[in-house]
Parts: sequence; C-alpha cells; structure tokens
Amino acid sequence: MELQAVLMAAGGGSRMMELTYNTHKPLLPVGNKPLIWYPLNLLERVGFEEVIIITTKDVQKMLTPDRLKLDGKMKLDVVCIQLEGEMGTADALRHVQQKIKTDVLVLSCDLITDVALHEVVDLFRAHNASMAMLMSKLHEFTETVPGQKGKKKAGEQRDFVGVDATGQRLLFMANEADLEDGLTIRKSIMCKHPSMRIRTGLLDAHLYCLKRCVVDFLVENKNISSIRGELIPYLVRKQFSKSVNLPNNKDEVEMSQKMEGQTNLEILGSCKDEELLRLTQERSCWNDHHGDMSEAYHGGKVRCYVHIMEDGVCYRVNTLAAYIEANRMVSAPKLIEDPPIHPSAVISECTQVGADSIIGASCQISDKTSIKRSTVGASSTVREKVKITNSILMNGVTVEEGCNIQGSVICSNAVIGRNADIKYCLVGSSQRIEPDGEQRVLEYYHGSSQGKICHLEPMTV
Amino acid sequence: MADADETSKQAERNTNVGDGIAVKKQDIARAKNEGKELTKDEKQRLRKEKKQQKKNKKDDKGESEHENVPLPPSQAVVQCQSQKAPSVAPSLALTPVSVCTSEKPAKSKAEQRAERRARQEADRAAKGKKGESAQQPPSGKSKAPPNELQPVVKRLPEHVQVDDPAAVRKLAKKLERQQIPVRSEYGYKVSLFSHLHQYSRKAPLTQQISIPSTVIHPYIVRLGLQYSQGIVAGSNARSIALLHAFQKVIQDYKTPPNEELSRDLVNKLKPYISYLNQCRPLSASMGNAIKYVKKEISNIPCLCKEEEAKKQLLSCIDNYIKEKITLAATTISAYAIEKISNGDVILVYGCSSLVNHILCDAFDKKRKFSVIVVDSRPRLEGREALRRLVKKGICCTYVLISAVSYILPEVSKVFLGAHALLANGYVMSRVGTSQIALVAKAYNVPVLVCCETYKFCERVQTDSFVSNELDDPDDLMVTRKGKIHLENWQDIRQLGLLNLVYDVTPPDFVDLVITDLGMIPCTSVPVVLRVKNVDQ
Repeated sequence: MELQAVLMAAGGGSRMMELTYNTHKPLLPVGNKPLIWYPLNLLERVGFEEVIIITTKDVQKMLTPDRLKLDGKMKLDVVCIQLEGEMGTADALRHVQQKIKTDVLVLSCDLITDVALHEVVDLFRAHNASMAMLMSKLHEFTETVPGQKGKKKAGEQRDFVGVDATGQRLLFMANEADLEDGLTIRKSIMCKHPSMRIRTGLLDAHLYCLKRCVVDFLVENKNISSIRGELIPYLVRKQFSKSVNLPNNKDEVEMSQKMEGQTNLEILGSCKDEELLRLTQERSCWNDHHGDMSEAYHGGKVRCYVHIMEDGVCYRVNTLAAYIEANRMVSAPKLIEDPPIHPSAVISECTQVGADSIIGASCQISDKTSIKRSTVGASSTVREKVKITNSILMNGVTVEEGCNIQGSVICSNAVIGRNADIKYCLVGSSQRIEPDGEQRVLEYYHGSSQGKICHLEPMTV
Repeated sequence: MADADETSKQAERNTNVGDGIAVKKQDIARAKNEGKELTKDEKQRLRKEKKQQKKNKKDDKGESEHENVPLPPSQAVVQCQSQKAPSVAPSLALTPVSVCTSEKPAKSKAEQRAERRARQEADRAAKGKKGESAQQPPSGKSKAPPNELQPVVKRLPEHVQVDDPAAVRKLAKKLERQQIPVRSEYGYKVSLFSHLHQYSRKAPLTQQISIPSTVIHPYIVRLGLQYSQGIVAGSNARSIALLHAFQKVIQDYKTPPNEELSRDLVNKLKPYISYLNQCRPLSASMGNAIKYVKKEISNIPCLCKEEEAKKQLLSCIDNYIKEKITLAATTISAYAIEKISNGDVILVYGCSSLVNHILCDAFDKKRKFSVIVVDSRPRLEGREALRRLVKKGICCTYVLISAVSYILPEVSKVFLGAHALLANGYVMSRVGTSQIALVAKAYNVPVLVCCETYKFCERVQTDSFVSNELDDPDDLMVTRKGKIHLENWQDIRQLGLLNLVYDVTPPDFVDLVITDLGMIPCTSVPVVLRVKNVDQ
C-alpha cells in the first residue's frame, strides 16, 4: 500500500460560531451536501479505497454512508477523540498512529478543491520527499458578509512562503505573527538557493503528504501538537540544519540524543536509506540545481515540496465569508455531478430559478418566486411572490409569501414571516423572523436562550 | 521429462477411465490426508487444464455455434476445479476434457485449416509483402499445410511501429489486459521519426492511475516517475534503480495459493515492465538485467520454500549489481589507466558515470592529465560531469559541441561512454557522440569507448533512424531575458521540433573498446556475446 488518507474532522469551526453552534462544521451544508463530502469525494475520485476520519462522537453518529451521499465503496474508518483536551492535529495523528502503516495523506474536512491530486503526490514520490503540501492563490472575498456590521478586520496575519526557482521546493515558511523584527533568512539557505521567491498571497490548503518516518517522529516528540503550526515549519527548517553524521556506535547515538533532547528526524529517516539508492544517485547524471559544487539536493535528507495551484477551485471553509463563497463556487459543475435542481423538488410553473442556483431534495417552490444565485436546502418551503437573491437557505427553512431575501444566510428550520425584507442578515437555526416590518440589514438573529454564544451580538468584527 | 509425464498421464487417464470410481475414492482419501496442498503433479495438471481451456476458447471463436454445446459442460467442470483445492475435481475433469478435446479437433481440423488458409490469402492480398507482426502466424496447434510457402514473418518491436495503427491497437489491448494506462502521444512528429513514440513530460502516466496505486507496486510507480522526469538518467543508474525496485517487489511478494513462485512472479513482473516502458523506453542494459532476473526466477526449484526463494533472488540481484556494474567499473578503470599517460588532454562528452569513474580513479593514482568536457543542448549533462571532475581536483575545460573541431587539435585522447554496444560493432550512445568520433577520426585522435559487458545487446542497427528515442520537444524551448523562444511552436504548421536522445557510431571511428573482459576492438562484440551465451 502506498498512501493512507487521514481526514481531520474534529475542528470546532471557531471562526464561524454563528453557523457551528448548532451544526458541527463537517456537517455544514455547502451546495446541499455536507462539508465533509467534498474531501471524501476528492479522495474517492482519485482512487482511495479507505479513509481514516478523526472526529468527535456527535459527528460520528451522523457519518453514515447514505447521509453522506457517497456513491462509491470507500471504507470509512471513524475514530473518535475527546474534545475537552484541546487536541491539536498532530495529537490526533499520534492518536491513530497504530493504524498508520505507510506514508500518510492528511486532509482537513473543510477543504473544497478540484486539484489534480497526482501533482502533489508526484512531487512526494519523485523526489522521495519528507513532506509535500498543496497551496493555492488566495481569493479575496468581495461579497458583503451577512450579519457583520462594521468594517472587516484588515486581514489575518499573512503567511510568508519562500520557494526556489522551480517553484516546487519549499525553502521558507513563516507567519507574520512570528516575525517580530522582520524577515530573516539564513545565509546557508541563500548560499544553497540563491534565487528564492517569497509569496504572500497564498492559501494553505492543509493537505499534506507525510512520510512514515515523520509520523514516527511525531510519536517520539509529544510536544508538537499542531501539524500546520509546528510540524511543517519544523520540517522546513530541518532541511537546512547541519546534517548529523551517522554515529557509528551506540554510545554516540545515546549521547547525541541526550544533547538534542529529542530523537533526531534524520536518524530515524536515514537508517532506511538504502545503499542502492545512494549508488543510483551517484551514477545518475541529474542534479536539481546548477552552479555550485554540491550533489543533488545538496546532500540533504529532509526535503519539503509544495504544489501551488494557479487556477482552479480551492477553498478552506473556516470563516463565514469563505462559507458563502464556497456555496457560490460549488454550483460550478466541476465539483458536483448532480443536477443543480434535485429531481424530487416541486417547482411550480411561474417561478424563475436561475441556472446557478441549487435546489435541494423535496423542496416546494410556489408561484411567482424568483431564485437567483442561491442555494435552497432540502425540504424547504418557499411560498408565492418571494424573491431570493445571493442567499443560502439550509434545510427545512420556511419562507412565507412576499418575502425579499438578499445576500443572507438562513440556517436550518428557520421561519421567515410574511413580507419580511431581509438584507445581508444571518438568521440562526430555528429562529423566526416576524412578518412585515421595515427592511432589516446586517442583522444577526440568534436565540438568546443559547447561553454559549450570547456574546455574539450584531458583530463588530 | 515432458514425454515421461505425458506417458504417465496417459496411463493415469486410462486407469481412470478403466477403474473409475475406485481410483476417485483413492484420490479423495489421498487429498484428505495431504490437506489442501496440491502436489506437483496436480499443479501441473491444473496448468494443463487451463491451457486446454484457453485452446478450447480459441477454437470456439472459429467454430459454428452448434459445436459450442459439447464444450460448456467440460469447461464448467474445468473451471470449478480450478477454484477448489481437493484433487477430486482434476481427476473427474480429466476424463470429460480429454474426451472432448479428442473429439473436437477431429471434427473440425479440416474446417479450421480451410478457414485459416482463406484468411491468410485474404490478409496477404490486402497487405502485400510487408510481413508485419500484426498478422498472426498460424498457431502451433494445427500444422500449416506443407504445400503452402509462408513468407518469413519478421517481428518488429512495437516501439518502432507507432505509425502503424494495427500495432498501436495491439499494444493498447495488451496494456488493457495488464491494467496499465496508455500514454498519449504529444505534438507534431518530424516525418522521419514518426514511427517512434513522443511523450510530454507534463503529462505523466501517474495522471491515469489511482493514487494509492494498487495494480502497480508503489516502488515501480516511483521509479517510472523518476525515469520520465529524468531524475534517474544514465544507463547504469537506470539499471541499478530497476534492480533495486525489483528487490522491493520480491520482498513484498506473496505467492498466491495453488501457484508456484517461479511462474507467478515472472507474470507479476510483466505489467511492471510494461509500465516502466510506457514511462520511458527501456534501455539495453535494463533489458539484459530483466532477462537475467527472469531467468533466475524461473530457475528457482519448485520445492523451494518461499522465504528461501526470496532470499536467494535478492542475493542474486545483489551479486549481479556487484559483478556487472561495480566490479566491472573497477576492472575497466584498471585497464583504462594504462592508456592514460602524464600530460594527456582527454576529451569527454556528456556525463558518463563510467568515464567519470575512470578519470577520478586515474587522478587518485597520481596521473597528471587535463580534461575537456564537451556538452550539448538541451540536456546539458556536461555540467554535471564538470562539477564532479572539478570537485575531485582535475583541471577541466568546458565547451559546447559546436566548438569541438576548434579544440580537437589540442586533444590527445577521446574517452566516450556507451549506452549499448550492438552486435555489428556499432556503438549506441548519447546523440552527438558520433559527431565527436567523426571529427576525432578526421584529426587522427584515438577514440576509446568504455562499456561494461552487460550493455552488449544482440540488436543490429546501422543508422540512428530505425530505433531511437524521442524526448519531450518542449525541452528545446529556452528562456532568455524573460522571453521564451519557440513558445508557440505548435501553432506553426511547418515547424517540427526534434529532440533525439541516441545515435549510433560506426566501428570505423572507434579505435578501442575497454570492457571488463579486456580491451577489444569494436568488431569483437559478437564474439563476446557468443561467449556470454555459452557461459549461461
């Protein structure tokens, strides 16, 4: 077996609590499919037969194949973890270490992409890399985010990603938050790779191919708790650290281990390095760089590669804005093969349903309604003379006559009263909007009975 | 051995028909005592059944429908016995099958022959005297009528028949059977070379296989990728990497039940070899290595346990690498150093691992010489050779091949590496080698070719057109000052880009070949091949 897939679905969705307080993040509907369907579909399309899903107990109950609408025969091996301990992704990977017997492909459940996965995996295979990851050009979200009054924050902390001249080898990775005095690049890196491109507008897709020895290394070093936050930067730095000469006798190994305080990644990895592989490299007339006296890869054993998608769909649904954008994008036929309008939906004659709208199963759309660029969830009812534009309606929503919904997100089982006029609002789950009344703009409706989130008033983020 | 088996089987059959039930009961008892393991005889019987089955299927295709009726019952019996372990079924099945097969050919041999004759005439009329391999020669089971003179059908390898749709279809069918995807051709091919494959590096074969590859061993997938991207390049490196991957395959191999390791493992390797061939055409050295490995596998005694067999195979492969590559390199450099004298100016072309090894060894043995490295586009492999020699401390000069006639007056010897040595004495090497040899001859500079004996192959070729390799034409695009020249070459109808990889040098231009068997003239290659075959 070559690769095992591990899907991380235990995250809480802390940046979009308005949506996730009621529905768990992996089950949020995007284009009328649960969010977790997208990475699973990606894996299934390329030919994976088994996936290990790490999630919480509540989500596990919902992860039955028919709920997930998976057509294929992919086996899902669901592993539960407790959320109280604030487990990071690396801790979760350590938890399932017993099941991992080969190299591993780690995915996040909120990734929606149509990348050709072989591009990432080929880098991993061809260069015998320790890590290969996927990044994509960051899209700016221009749509107004419902329920958020006030200016948006200037933007999250940027990531600085340094790649070499070919654009594939990852040389440098740091987040703006960690760089106090400015960007410093070690001279040794500049000597080895004099031409480096530093890019900031990249989105990390949280898709990593990791070698088996990296997983073993994680098991030894329990202080690493997050893959993205700690493991990846460590691996990138490790490419250029002074290589440890393989100690010849046992005493030296123990001594060096004590000095380091943690098991050296190279010792774990290079013991497996075969004599024949070295011989092959010696005889091959290929080098990955030209101009200096060193051999291929500068003799380094740890190598990190990145595939940067220039075009194509790649979203990480971890904020409200991303969620809305993803719903729009998903109506593009590349990702979903089902027809946008579910066959069991009942749509009357005089309605206008735009080509880029998605209607879920068993919906009832009455006369004289107009639905444009929107998603209507399953079992929803939309009465007459309703205008829905640019909105997302989740399952079981009832919209009474004469409403005008624009740019809003209506969560499941909500009821919008007659003639309500909603613009850029976020209506929480099972809420009820009173009929009539003046236009509501940028409001966030949530039940005040939910103690957990009462601090999330109309947002001034 | 085969005859004895036949007679014993004949005897068995007769006794079965005669004794019938009693023998079957004995068989059942025997099977129960021995457990599920089939004895060697039973395995052979199973194999014969399968062959009969295949033959019957082939006969069926040519037959009229009513003759299918007697066949299915025997086929059904034959099939069910191939699934079950107990030896009851083979003895049961043997009787009906033997009866059936004796009946059927008797009925239809005449008909078959007539049909086949008619088909052959039609084919011959249609295709003229090409005598291609697409035409199936009459299968061995029915002897061709002696009064018909068949033209000698020479089989051309498929990789030089890309412009023949029948050969391409045949290849596609074979790959489909082995579950290997077909790689698609790329770009406009220059007409002289339209019979060769041309692929693009940007469309790797891994696009078409599932990501955790199940059909093909992961090491083979990785190897194919490294071949097609040029990460493992050079005849020796490719062979070592191939043997290393085979070692991994053998380590992970598990004999399925009712099969023998010596037969099944070879069948397992065939799709891998097709896959690697699709990624990049196999080199002559790789072909010889594969032949060796297959021979070793077939020579495994059947009674050998799996663990022992695997260990033996792994050590065979290790020995092959040690003898034919590593020790051969040492021997060759020991011979070659006699030819390097102090004050020599040696010219090398491209990056040959063997020539680099020789020069480094000579430098270690305190010979004083300098080297001129000649390089050519688009591969520019000379840069790597230059790096290795300079790192060692040798004085080097670097020129491009266009300047070779300018510097040749200063050169005292030319050392060339070889990809393969052909049976008629021609040297197959990187494109440009024949030019260097030609110019060296014109200047009366001795040309020495260094080549291990495992690269000798039985092919005969006198020009570089017939059999060659076409690399990705996009490699010829070069970026200078931000502008990519030839960027839209596909849009220009009359333009074709040609990126040849190999060429052949006639033996007149080569003065000496240094091999691990000694220093021989180019024309002695067939002798070496003959001696090698006798040894084996």
